[in-house]
Amino acid sequence: MVRKPSSRARIGQWIFLAVVVAVAWFLGSIGAETSVQRHGALGFGFLADPTNFDIPFRLIPWAIGDTYARALLVCVLNTLLASAISIVLATLLGLLVGIMRLSANWLVRNIALGFIELVRNTPQLVQIIFWYVAVLQTLPGPRQSIVLPVGGLLNVRGLYLPSFVGNEFSSTLWPLALLLLLAVPFVWRVPWRRGLPLAARSLFLLPLSVVLFAIGVDHADLPQLRGFNIAGGVQVVPELVALCLGLSVYGSAFIAEIVRAAILSVHKGQREAALSLGLRPRLVLSKIILPQALRVMIPPVTSQYLNIIKSSSLGAAVAYPELYQIFAGTAMMQSNREIESIALLMGVFLSINLIVSAFMNWYNRRVASVGR
Amino acid sequence: MSDVTAGRRLTILASFHPRHAIDWVRANLFSSVFDSILTIIVLIVAALVLPPLFRWGITHATISGTTRAACTGDGACWTFIRVRFPRFFYGSYPSDQRWRVDVAFVLLIAFCTPVLRDGVRHKWIWLLLLLIVFPAIAAVLLWGGVFGLSYVDTSLWGGLMIDVIASFVTVAGSLPLGILLAFGRRSQLPVIRVLSIGYIEIWRGVPLLTVLFMSAVVVPLFLPTGVSIDRLVRAIAALVLFNAAYMAEVVRGGLQGVQQGQEEAAASLGLHWLYTQALIVLPQALRIIVPGVINTVVDLFKDTTLVTIIGLYDLLGTVEQALKDPAWLGFATEGYVFSALVFFSCCYALSAYGRNMERRLARRQ
Repeated sequence: MVRKPSSRARIGQWIFLAVVVAVAWFLGSIGAETSVQRHGALGFGFLADPTNFDIPFRLIPWAIGDTYARALLVCVLNTLLASAISIVLATLLGLLVGIMRLSANWLVRNIALGFIELVRNTPQLVQIIFWYVAVLQTLPGPRQSIVLPVGGLLNVRGLYLPSFVGNEFSSTLWPLALLLLLAVPFVWRVPWRRGLPLAARSLFLLPLSVVLFAIGVDHADLPQLRGFNIAGGVQVVPELVALCLGLSVYGSAFIAEIVRAAILSVHKGQREAALSLGLRPRLVLSKIILPQALRVMIPPVTSQYLNIIKSSSLGAAVAYPELYQIFAGTAMMQSNREIESIALLMGVFLSINLIVSAFMNWYNRRVASVGR
Repeated sequence: MSDVTAGRRLTILASFHPRHAIDWVRANLFSSVFDSILTIIVLIVAALVLPPLFRWGITHATISGTTRAACTGDGACWTFIRVRFPRFFYGSYPSDQRWRVDVAFVLLIAFCTPVLRDGVRHKWIWLLLLLIVFPAIAAVLLWGGVFGLSYVDTSLWGGLMIDVIASFVTVAGSLPLGILLAFGRRSQLPVIRVLSIGYIEIWRGVPLLTVLFMSAVVVPLFLPTGVSIDRLVRAIAALVLFNAAYMAEVVRGGLQGVQQGQEEAAASLGLHWLYTQALIVLPQALRIIVPGVINTVVDLFKDTTLVTIIGLYDLLGTVEQALKDPAWLGFATEGYVFSALVFFSCCYALSAYGRNMERRLARRQ
C-alpha cells in the first residue's frame, strides 16, 4: 500500500462503528419491545412447542404435533434434497451443453447457444412456475401415465420411480456402498505406489459399490396402476420435480458457459503439443484438456452451486415444503414469531453456504495444479 | 468499424457461389460420420418439434375477439394476452392517467441513451442527469399530487412498470453503495474493512427471497410507532441493499484491475487519497466494470419478479392474477410464455449491449 491512514481516519472508524452499533441497538430495542407487546420476549424457546400443521413431503417421519425444531429439520432436509438433485443435474446438463457449444457441428453449436441465451435471459421464477403449471399440471392422470424407461411413470401426481426393497443384509451393505461412492473423489488423489492408472484406481470403487448395493436388494418395487392411483415405487411430488427442473435447467446454462470458457482457457499449445507427441484425440481431451479446464472451473462453478442452494427457496412459489415455504409461511403464521423465523432462515442458509464454500475451497486447494 | 463489416458483407455476397455453400455444409454439418449422425438427429427432432410449436403459437392461434369464446382453435389464445395487455404493463394505474407512465418511460429511454452510447462527450453530466434529475421528474409524474397531477398511490402501481422502476432504483442506489463497500473492503482501517466484509458476505449468503420477506414482514416490527414505510418502497430498499453487496464485488474486481502504479504516481505527486481514488482509480475501474455491472443489472431485473411471492403485483404477479380470473381459466401456458418473452427481450437486449461493450473495451486495450 502506498500510504498509511491518517490518525483522523483511524479515530473516525471507531466513531462510525459506534454509530452503527447505536442504530442497531435502537432498532433492536424497538423490535424487542414490539415482540414483548405481541407475545412475550424474543427467543427461540418456541422451537420446543408442538406444531399444528402438516408437512406434505418429508424424508423423515413427521406427525402433526411434533415440535418446531423437528419441522426445521424436516425442512432443512427438503431444501438440501432439492439442492443436491439440482446441483447434480445442473452439472451434467451444463457439461453437455458446454461441450455442445464447442462442437464442430454448426447446428449443435447453435442449438446450445440458443438454449443458453433463452434460459439465462428469463427469470428463474417464471421458469419454475412454467414447469409446474404449464407442463406438469397438464400431464395426464394416473390412468394415462406416461411410461418412462426402466419402469418410471410420469403423471399429474408426479414422477414415480422404481424403488428397491432390501433384504436382511441391506442395513449394513447399503450404507457401505454409499460410503464407497462418496470415497471416489478422495481416492482419486491418493498416491499409490504403481500399477493401475489413476482413474481406474478410484473407479473400481464404483462397480464395487454397485455390487454391494445389488447384494442387498431383495426385489425391485415397480410403480403400477392399482385402481385409481399408482402403487409401489417412490413418488416424487410434482412440486419437487418442477423445482429441480427449474433450478437445474437455469443453473446448467450458467455452468455451460463456465465449462466452455474453461476449455477455451487451456492454451492451444497444450493440445498441439499432445497431438504432436502422438496422443490420440480422445486422450488429448481426457488427459490434457479436461484436467486443466477442471481446475479453472471450480471457483465459478462453486458460486453457481451456492446460487442453486439459495434459489431453492423459490420452491415456495410452487408450494414445495422447503425452509422458506414453511418458516416464512405456515410455521410463522402459527407461532407469530416473525423475527425469530427470519433469523432462523437466514442463519440456516448462511451456514449451508459457508459449509459448501469451505468444502469447495478446500477441494480447490487440493486439485489446484502445482506450479502454474 | 461499420464500414469494415459492410465491406466484408459485400465480399461475402460477391463471392457467393453454390460451390461455397456446399463446402460450408460439408465443413460445418457433415465433417465426419459422427457429425453427420448428429446433424440428422437434430434435423429429425426439429422436424418433430417445430411444426406443432409453430401451429400452436402462430397459425392455429387466436388473437382477435374480446372474450374467451373467440378462442375456438386448438392453438394458443393470445386474445387473453391482448385483452389483459394494459394491466400487464400498468397494473391498476388509472387508465386515464397512464400517459404519465408512458411519458416517464420515454424519458427513461431519452436519459439513458447518451449514457449508454459510445463516444458521447461529458458522459458524467449525462450520468448525473440520469441519476438525479430523471428520478425527480419520474417521481413527480408517477406519484403526482403536485402541479395539477392527481395523486396515484403505489398500491395501484403494477405490472412491468414495477419491474422497471424497481430495477432502475436498484441500479441507481446499489452502484454508489457498492462503490463505497468495495472501497471499504480494500480499506486499511480494520473496523471499516471488517464491517464491509461482513455486510457483503451476509447479503451474498442469504437468498433474495428472505431479504424481501424481511422487508415485507419484519421491518415494520422494527419501526418506531407512528412511522410507516410504503410496501413497495420497502421492497425496493431491500433490493438496493441486497444488490449493493453484489455490485461491491463487481467494483472490487474493477479496482483490482487498475494498475498499482497509477495510485503510486498520484500519491507521489502529492494528491490527497480522496482525489486519488475519485479522479484516478475510480474512473479507470468503472470503465472496466461496465460489462460486469450490466450482467448484474440483467440478474436484478430478472430477480424483481420475486416481489410476486411477497404479494406485490409485478408483471409475473399480474399474469398470475389474470390466470385466476374465472372468465379466463386455462390459459396458463400463454400467460407464462408471454411474460417469459417480455423478460427475454429486455434481458437479451441488455446482455447483447454488455457483450458489445466488452468487445469494444477489449479492442481498446
